[in-house]
Amino acid sequence: MAAELKRQHLIDPEVCIRCNTCEETCPYDAITHDRKNYVVNVERCNACGDCLPPCPTGAIDTWRNVATPYSVEAQLSWESLPAVEEPAAAPGEAVAIPHEVARLTAKAELATGATVPPWSAAHPYVGLYTPDRPAVATVAGNFRLTDENTESDIRHLVLDFGSTAFPVLEGQSIGILAPGNDAEGRAHHVRLYSVASPREGERPRHNNLALTVKRVLEDHEGRPVRGVASNYLCDLKKGEQVRVCGPYGQTFLMPNHPGAKLLMICTGTGSAPMRAMTERRRRRLALNEGGQIMLFFGARTPSELPYFGPLQKLPPALIDVQLAFSRVPGRSKEYVQHRLLAMGDQVAAWLKDSQTFIYICGHKRMEADVLATLAGLAKREGLDWPTLRSMLCREGRLHIETY
Amino acid sequence: MTIDYASRIPNNVNLHENKTLQRALESWQPKYLEWWKEMGPEGSVGYDAYLRTAVSVDAKGWAHFDYVKMPDYRWGIFLAPPEANRTIGFGTHKGQPVWNEVPGEYRSTLRRIIVTQGDTEPASVEQQRHLGATAPSLYDLRNLYQVNVEEGRHLWAMVYLLHAYFGRDGREEGEGLLERRSGDSDKPRILGAFNEKTPDWLSFFMFTFLTDRDGKYQLAALAESGFDPLARSTRFMLTEEAHHLFVGESGIARIIQRTVEMMKEHRVEAPDQLRRLGVIDLPTLQRYLNFHFSVTLDLYGSEVSTNASNFYSMGLKGRFQENNITDDHVLTSTQYPLPEISAGQITHKPSSALGTLNERLRDDYIVDCQAGVDRWNKVIEKAGLPDRLTLPHKGFHRQIGVFAGQHVSPDGKVLTEAEWKAKSPQWLPSEADHAFVQSLMKRVVAPGQYAGYIAPPMRGIDNRPADFTYVRFN
Repeated sequence: MAAELKRQHLIDPEVCIRCNTCEETCPYDAITHDRKNYVVNVERCNACGDCLPPCPTGAIDTWRNVATPYSVEAQLSWESLPAVEEPAAAPGEAVAIPHEVARLTAKAELATGATVPPWSAAHPYVGLYTPDRPAVATVAGNFRLTDENTESDIRHLVLDFGSTAFPVLEGQSIGILAPGNDAEGRAHHVRLYSVASPREGERPRHNNLALTVKRVLEDHEGRPVRGVASNYLCDLKKGEQVRVCGPYGQTFLMPNHPGAKLLMICTGTGSAPMRAMTERRRRRLALNEGGQIMLFFGARTPSELPYFGPLQKLPPALIDVQLAFSRVPGRSKEYVQHRLLAMGDQVAAWLKDSQTFIYICGHKRMEADVLATLAGLAKREGLDWPTLRSMLCREGRLHIETY
Repeated sequence: MTIDYASRIPNNVNLHENKTLQRALESWQPKYLEWWKEMGPEGSVGYDAYLRTAVSVDAKGWAHFDYVKMPDYRWGIFLAPPEANRTIGFGTHKGQPVWNEVPGEYRSTLRRIIVTQGDTEPASVEQQRHLGATAPSLYDLRNLYQVNVEEGRHLWAMVYLLHAYFGRDGREEGEGLLERRSGDSDKPRILGAFNEKTPDWLSFFMFTFLTDRDGKYQLAALAESGFDPLARSTRFMLTEEAHHLFVGESGIARIIQRTVEMMKEHRVEAPDQLRRLGVIDLPTLQRYLNFHFSVTLDLYGSEVSTNASNFYSMGLKGRFQENNITDDHVLTSTQYPLPEISAGQITHKPSSALGTLNERLRDDYIVDCQAGVDRWNKVIEKAGLPDRLTLPHKGFHRQIGVFAGQHVSPDGKVLTEAEWKAKSPQWLPSEADHAFVQSLMKRVVAPGQYAGYIAPPMRGIDNRPADFTYVRFN
């Protein structure tokens, strides 16, 4: 991709009925109109999405990846949307991505990280199985990763696909279709889970993969709610069958070339793709391909940190593990961004290294803090963060998935 | 501001704190459901429709999409969040804090305004109740149902105001709203246009484009009201109304799209040839537009209206986007051009702006309609055809006000009785037009299939694909 592309929010003038609800809703006054069109000012829009639900037409839900954003004046003159200038590149675009999956993915990746994979990433398969035609996997194992005496129940689940082809790459997700219907008699929504095992399987040369699943018992605001898919998965017993769609994801992928460095920052089950990539590297350690891994991993306590034990056993030649705990009695709260700062010199050196690929995965609220810390470190090194960040995105070297 | 869905009547007005009101509304609720089952969309009780329901009145919760059986739709009471320190923006009380209780001296006037607005809501559901039998697609059927449930919710909004602020009189009016019937000569709906039939989907789309737009302008004028509960109710209703306008505008645009496709594909222009191809020719569309536009203009009432000026001076009903108008907002010394017919010519004379508020709202409405018609014409233009649809002159085919009893052509010429008789058949839909349109009305409900006279939508609802199962018949 030659030019840096920005994701711009637009309004389709052929679908819009000029009802003014978007302009009224926008908290940033980014939407304006003349007698002809309603348009979004790219300088003001921060992609918060508040204008999307009230739009009666769907015209508002228009996004383009553009090299040079369209000005307000240009948009006001439109009769219809201009032809798509972005390369038809988005790999696998022709594949039918279910609506819910597209929504979830768009939400997780909203206007932050790269929209292209690392140049040396393997080509991903996407959407081979749909909610209507799912693959069926068998549970080969279900292990609790967190201490029995902690309230957080995180599990390592191994699914076996038998003779069904289900190729995945590290960083991709699969969709789980929980059986049964909700209270109103409809099928449950698809839920996406990041694969926690490398491409050749949790158990090499077996057609299987692993997931990291946290049992959801409360929502983002802490209100009690029982996550349908997570509780279903956590309660599965060996031998039971699961309907799966996917795989999904074509940018949050690992580089394959020797010497590539991986800077990983995650919390909770955001560790799944990090584990997959680390495990890929670990199995190839003997090949001496070079390239280190630096992992920043946050949890409340060591006993709630998934893969805490196995992480301790990884060779330092492979990975530098930096753990941050926010709820250890007698110690001040430490979050991943604090660890990043503590390791500032090394992180800053990595930021300047063109072989560095950055992955951020976990809670939404971590994202801003982590990016601010990276920006601070870049500045300390005399680097302009907006420039650096856009370069990282352009080169597929900054990948963010938060929820 | 989240909505309390735990109680029988979802609301964001803390209904549980006022037991008397809660009981009154809870006793009205089963009557409403009875009315819905009797007069709501025919045969639809067991269907699952993919509908939008508000789960809160802020942007995030505004549009929650899911399958719902319509009698289980969570009709309730949602007011837009209050604006701190809001003051009355016009009339003799301009600058005073808005009222949260009904001022005693305006009680009966306000009640009449609310009842008149409220009466149109169930009326349109009644007018449209047979349309499901001839839906051109599942997508359109779903849109019809969405329009219907939201008109039902608008009735709730008005009934809440009647119950909460008008005591026993209000409760009786609430009953009356469920007792009148569109088109019933014994107990008709209050406004004429709401007793007309909506016999086919072309009429439905014209109705939602034109007549629901009158709703938008009336609601927008009430959203300026000094009576804050009314302003907040109507402000939220406006957000819902936008969808109805969209259904109308896009419905006609899709019919035009299909027609011009056939005109190009078969290289034909003659209406009878196009009709044989199963599409609606543009002259017929123009006649329907003329009819619906003119009867909707009558809904604004007489150009000169004491009622309207009283409503304004009292601070009860403002103008469209009052805040955007730069004048004194009292209007005792401002003027507005009033149409009149003299010596066979339509002219305008300056008249008191306060006395001509209906005319002003009608003119604002016409501007909005024109913009929509321009967008329809884009569809024709894009197909490379020279034809265009036009809005008729506002004096055309009017029954109320200055133009009543006069004969005005669509291009604004005053005609004699004889000229009108000779020419008006080409301007208004004939029996043959109705019969032809009716002949196209066939039910198409296979997912992704559309009746031959209408193109699929450019986008699905909630970004769903065109072949999405928008309604499940179970």
